[in-house]
Amino acid sequence: MTRRFGAARLGREALMVLVACAFIFPFYVFFTVSMKTQAEVASSPLGLPTTLNLDNFATAWDRGDLGEAYLNSIVVVALSVLILVGFGSMAAYTLARRLSRLSTVAYLVFLVGLMIPLQLGMVPLYQFMNSANLLGTWTALILFEAGHQLPFTIFLYAGFIRALPREYEEAARVDGAGPVTMFRKIVFPLLRPITGTVVILTGITTWNDFLTPLLYVGGSSQQTLPVAIYAFRGEFATDWGVLFAGMAIAIIPLLIVYFFLQKYFIIGFASGIKG
Amino acid sequence: MTSAVTTATSPRTTGPTPSGRKGRLTPGGVPYALLLPAFVLYAMVVLYPTLSGAVYAFTDWTGRADGTNFIGWANFVEIFSDVAARSALRNSLIIAVSVTVVQTLVGLALALALHTSLVTRNVLRTLFFAPALLPPVIIAFLWTFILTPQGPLNRVLRGLGLDFLAQNWLGDSSLALWTVIGVVIWQSAGLTMVIYLAGLQGIPTELNESAALDGASWWQRTRLVTVPLLIPATTVAMSLTLISSLKLFDQVFAMTGGGPGYATETLSVIMYKEAFVSGRFGYSTAIALVLTMIVFAFTMVQLGALRRFDVDR
Repeated sequence: MTRRFGAARLGREALMVLVACAFIFPFYVFFTVSMKTQAEVASSPLGLPTTLNLDNFATAWDRGDLGEAYLNSIVVVALSVLILVGFGSMAAYTLARRLSRLSTVAYLVFLVGLMIPLQLGMVPLYQFMNSANLLGTWTALILFEAGHQLPFTIFLYAGFIRALPREYEEAARVDGAGPVTMFRKIVFPLLRPITGTVVILTGITTWNDFLTPLLYVGGSSQQTLPVAIYAFRGEFATDWGVLFAGMAIAIIPLLIVYFFLQKYFIIGFASGIKG
Repeated sequence: MTSAVTTATSPRTTGPTPSGRKGRLTPGGVPYALLLPAFVLYAMVVLYPTLSGAVYAFTDWTGRADGTNFIGWANFVEIFSDVAARSALRNSLIIAVSVTVVQTLVGLALALALHTSLVTRNVLRTLFFAPALLPPVIIAFLWTFILTPQGPLNRVLRGLGLDFLAQNWLGDSSLALWTVIGVVIWQSAGLTMVIYLAGLQGIPTELNESAALDGASWWQRTRLVTVPLLIPATTVAMSLTLISSLKLFDQVFAMTGGGPGYATETLSVIMYKEAFVSGRFGYSTAIALVLTMIVFAFTMVQLGALRRFDVDR
């Protein structure tokens, strides 16, 4: 009985490992091709690279302006997330603690934003950024990313705050704390778990975003990584080795962070999305 | 209802701050000023552009100097007679339904497999979820190479003696849409899996154990105990997938650009082309309005379903 159970379990392990190998086959292709010359890619797209060739990485780094794109992505993500955490938590605090009709209506107005596809406002907003002379700048992109993800951020924060006991705030009020001090000193520190979730979810979304960054900063010196990679593909259409090296440069740091913090990423996604 | 709330809160606020104005402005203790920065930004970036978009959908706005006129439903009539827009509408619906169904099943299967006592479960969970974190554009280029006619996938198939399965995955117009769908599912199945894993953790093990004592097989327990308790997770996973796949842009734009022909055109891609290649702002916004209406309709159905299941619980 125990032996059979052991064999069945071993079989299950083996099956899942096989499935996983098939699943990550694209990553194998990714990292091997990034080290191959053009001739090698053509003759053996599947084999291991014959030498540990890092020329592609040097070429990609030099030709793709990836350093610049990295900096742009980091700035856009950092500032967007900062605005989202600040504005979002303050707004959600008001919406969750006020029980008036105005507050309910305002909350619903924000929630509708969860459903509206960005496409409907895309052209008017593009024209607005154009007339404000903001196209080609981080500012346009940060305004978009922060504004567009506010509904989701407020949704997460408001749900969390509603479940938070009011005792701390009442004690602080008795001690004479004003609402702003109270939010800064008492409430915001209590929001740390959900702030972590907000940072991970909005950070990843902003880092990976493509359509709006392409429109706003494509072709400028302020383009983010996905846009730079897209432009790079146009330039190196046939040199897969160099393109893949550039793509690897763009994702390896993200993968490293993920493997170290994977627990938080997975919990963040699972709990955050459920709301 | 409102009056009850007011009476309930007013003694508390008039107590500590009886000094007239400030107290009246902040009956709940939290000033609306905290809401203001978020609201201004949201109004500027979402509300105003969206509302004006809904109006521009009924105009012939092109961005040229020669004025913008209201043209009634003409844009919408054109959508249903324009071959490209019609393919886009059809493809978007096919993508939404097939990605949602298949990804939910794959994600559920992975979650059920990894929720057991496998030694490798944590490593596997990390691996399966990894693609969901990466930029879709990069995933699209990776697969574009894998799927080239002489590329890795066809070589593997030929190496296994499955020559008849080797295809021109993205170049064959009857196949390209399904290929794109497959890539999307590969990338985001891990997300569905993670949502289900969280749902599975909320199910008390006693339920399954007592069912097992009653002689229920693994399949019976899964079908009759586990899956019904996963309905909330299913609703979350499905609505998320449905909405994002209706709006699909990145993977299509990077892999096929909508081709060959109109085979993989989606509403988002065609909307982008009409606006930023052809400069037909009014028409493209009408396409976006159709997309919005479809998203709203699907969301309403989802919410209705969710409410029904909530009552059941």
